[in-house]
Amino acid sequence: MLATPLLSLAIWVPILAGFVVLATGADRNAPLARMLALLGAIAGLLVTIPLYTGFDLNTPAMQFVELHSWIPRFNVNYHLGVDGISMLFVLLNSFITVTVILAGWQVINSRVAQYNAGFLIMSGLLNGIFSSLDGVLFYVFFEASLIPLYLIIGIWGGSNRVYAAFKFFLFTLMGSLLFLLALLYLFVESGGSFSILDWHKLPLGLSAQTWLFLAFLVAFAVKVPMWPVHTWLPDAHVEAPTGGSIVLAAIALKLGAYGFLRFSLPIAPDASHELSWLLITLSLIAIIYIGFVALVQEDMKKLVAYSSIAHMGFVTLGFFMFNALGIEGALVQMISHGFVSGAMFFSIGVMYDRMHSRQIADYGGVVNSMPKFAAFFMLFAMANAGLPATSGFVGEFMIILAAVDYNFWVAFAAATTMIVGAAYTLWMYKRVVFGAVANHHVAELTDINRREFLIFVLFAAGALGMGLYPQPFTEVMHSSVNELLRHIALSKIQ
Amino acid sequence: MTLADMQFQVPDLRLASAEIFMLLMACVILIVDLFVKDRKRTVIFVATQLTLVGAAVVTFATSTGEIGYTFSNMYVGDLMGDLLKLLVYLTVIIVLFYSRDYILEREQMARSEYYVLALFATLGMMVMISANHFLTVYIGLELLSLSLYALVAMNRDSVPATEAAMKYFVLGALASGLLLYGMSMIYGATGTLEITAVAERLYTGQANKPILVFGLVFLVSGIAFKLGVVPFHMWIPDVYHGAPTAVALFIASAPKLAAFAIVMRMLVNGLIVLVQDWQTMLILLAVLSMAVGNIAAIAQTNLKRMLAYSAISHMGFMLLGLVSGVVGGDARFALNAYSSSMFYVITYVLTSAGTFGMILLLARGGLESDQIEDFKGLNKRSPWFAAVMMMMMFSMAGIPFFVGFFAKFSVLQAVVASGNLWLAVVAVLFSLIGCFYYLRIVKIMYFDQPTNTTPIHAPLDMKILMSANGLAVALLGIFPQALMSLCAFALLRSL
Repeated sequence: MLATPLLSLAIWVPILAGFVVLATGADRNAPLARMLALLGAIAGLLVTIPLYTGFDLNTPAMQFVELHSWIPRFNVNYHLGVDGISMLFVLLNSFITVTVILAGWQVINSRVAQYNAGFLIMSGLLNGIFSSLDGVLFYVFFEASLIPLYLIIGIWGGSNRVYAAFKFFLFTLMGSLLFLLALLYLFVESGGSFSILDWHKLPLGLSAQTWLFLAFLVAFAVKVPMWPVHTWLPDAHVEAPTGGSIVLAAIALKLGAYGFLRFSLPIAPDASHELSWLLITLSLIAIIYIGFVALVQEDMKKLVAYSSIAHMGFVTLGFFMFNALGIEGALVQMISHGFVSGAMFFSIGVMYDRMHSRQIADYGGVVNSMPKFAAFFMLFAMANAGLPATSGFVGEFMIILAAVDYNFWVAFAAATTMIVGAAYTLWMYKRVVFGAVANHHVAELTDINRREFLIFVLFAAGALGMGLYPQPFTEVMHSSVNELLRHIALSKIQ
Repeated sequence: MTLADMQFQVPDLRLASAEIFMLLMACVILIVDLFVKDRKRTVIFVATQLTLVGAAVVTFATSTGEIGYTFSNMYVGDLMGDLLKLLVYLTVIIVLFYSRDYILEREQMARSEYYVLALFATLGMMVMISANHFLTVYIGLELLSLSLYALVAMNRDSVPATEAAMKYFVLGALASGLLLYGMSMIYGATGTLEITAVAERLYTGQANKPILVFGLVFLVSGIAFKLGVVPFHMWIPDVYHGAPTAVALFIASAPKLAAFAIVMRMLVNGLIVLVQDWQTMLILLAVLSMAVGNIAAIAQTNLKRMLAYSAISHMGFMLLGLVSGVVGGDARFALNAYSSSMFYVITYVLTSAGTFGMILLLARGGLESDQIEDFKGLNKRSPWFAAVMMMMMFSMAGIPFFVGFFAKFSVLQAVVASGNLWLAVVAVLFSLIGCFYYLRIVKIMYFDQPTNTTPIHAPLDMKILMSANGLAVALLGIFPQALMSLCAFALLRSL
């Protein structure tokens, strides 16, 4: 009996749903388009659930593998599979897609079909990235996912959307073109294979590894984004519609970090060790400097965007200390950041939909008119600051523990984020939610409706569930992370 | 000379039957036209299209898959030639469908001469593709060029068109002169103009190298001119811009296939011994073209002019495959590299035809719509055709899942395999710059509000073909294998 091609379903169900939604056409069919999009997103989520329930915890090998020849001329295969590192992201992405479709339900009223289709197609492409085991397939999904986001920012974005969309597209493309050359180089070096797993075993000299590592670094550092190539992110976030910001923060940023684990570390382990000082330095700059940058922001979206960069700095820090706690902590941090930053952007979206302003100064005393909202927003602000019992705490704590093991001063520097992170998040929260009612617009705010409530509950379930009981998330990672560490401890230089 | 050499041999006409058919039909159509009263010349249009289909049938039926020579070795029939000819017919058929309405709306172009000249140009391309003699190359090229000069000038009252025709003619004649001069030196050095014989004499070392290299420089210049690569690109923007859009579409599509064929015939089949010399020249041309083409395209406001610069950069990119065939005397990668270039040029022609077709689709009621501004808010006017145009643009920019990505991918793969990593880096950096102006078209169509909100009216056949063209760009991007291996197979059987 043939196994169900679960990963193919995870990729193609949303994409197909996207085209169906597109076919509904003009805005007079908007209710139909929304309903179909929601069904498509839910179907996309349902087909990924067996990935978790059927996951074998005891093997580091790829699971749910599908292997078909795609372009035999270049030995390119349609090769899918997930391990403990990638599986959770497929689930997270499919989950976030549902919330995104819901988040745009009442807000987006022009070109509804295209909007929803964009997110569904994007969701399929992102699942494709996380499950590709072939270099070209990965690259194709990686690159193609730029198109929907470019359109989403550009069509439904804010006033400066064109600039943000171009900057986003060109920055990311710059990184990925060098990545493409690295893939082609590996293809030639490996004697004609595009299989990522083959590349993991490929012996390479230190200089080749260093060049590859740097090419990967450019691609992934832009995507993460790491300081100093992070400047596109605040622009993209500020201009993107709420749904775009959620996907960008929750999923798109994880691609870069995931790339480090799938490409940089296993393909160029010696170079990774050699250059780990560079990555750790950049990560610490992101954590500390960007944390302070976040502190002075006056635009809420910008503030959360900078805080995302700081959180992702934690992730890259976790990777390059080469111990299990660090890498697992980083993975936990990535998933948690998916819930928390998604929720933060959604919270800001909720306020923006009512006030059409993201300036902190325009708010004050929101708790008086929106008590339910304020409660949820409080939860996510706390999670963003890394309060224990929320998911934000687990990852950061694991990484700091790992850092103590690695080097006290690195740990010390990283731990300052606990203070800075709490400062910028809670200070913003205080200025927006508490205090006297700032103006009559705030006084007239209506509290969240049932749709918004539902989305908040979904996010809160993720953030709290993971914070209180991280075991189901971490247990799937163990074998794969240990295997990865064992692999990168061995030199590839012969 | 012995008596045996002087015997007259009846040439094997079978290999050239498609050309003969094309020539006969072009003449017949010219005569039939005398008796056609219909202002729309529907009969002529249909006859022309049927001629092209007929030529395809003949080419297909007479294709043996083997290399065969005829007309005293001046003419070669092989699989590469047959494949390229079939693609030329297909492209011309598409071009004529796209341009039908455009020329009907213009008094001076709505004549049968348009179709007949198109057929003669096609014949010229067929001769170029099958040339095994430098003079055959030249004859084919002139037949193509003269037909194109006339086509550009056909809209007599249009000042830009006349100017473009003059420029094209003067510069084209200069290029032909360069080409002929180069050929004469090759003749001087080797004593023959037959391409396979030149290769043989070079191989056995019976040639005067300095004269040969000198001749090669002129030959490459002439080719560069016809391909439109920097620094011989000056005519491209003016001609694309000035020519009637239907003619610009013609120039921007099928002739690129023929130009690729003569590069293969002359440089690869004939002068492969000088490969180090011409590879160096072509690298220079390729890098300059990518630089100038991509950077100059950014500044354009006229879409045709932007596409002209984009064509320059694409031809530069295509050359990258041709320069990666032989590394230090090792020709292992040749097939891979040349077939990558072939794939690149074929997919470029497909995309280019679609893009110009889009301009024609929007140009209604005798008006032009070749300003980038004319595409404003196209997504509001017609989501489907905006999507088609977007696919073309992303394909040209080399973004997956569109065929342009795999075209760039295969060429880059050949470059990396040849060890020229710096060249690959240069190529991707200029692609990045190039991406900007394609993205701008998408921006204009999707992010901006339309100034003109009239829905798009076009004949059904054009709409269907345009949609098919767009889908082909997407489908070939998802399943590129068939065309890729077809190119590789054709070259394998022809080199």
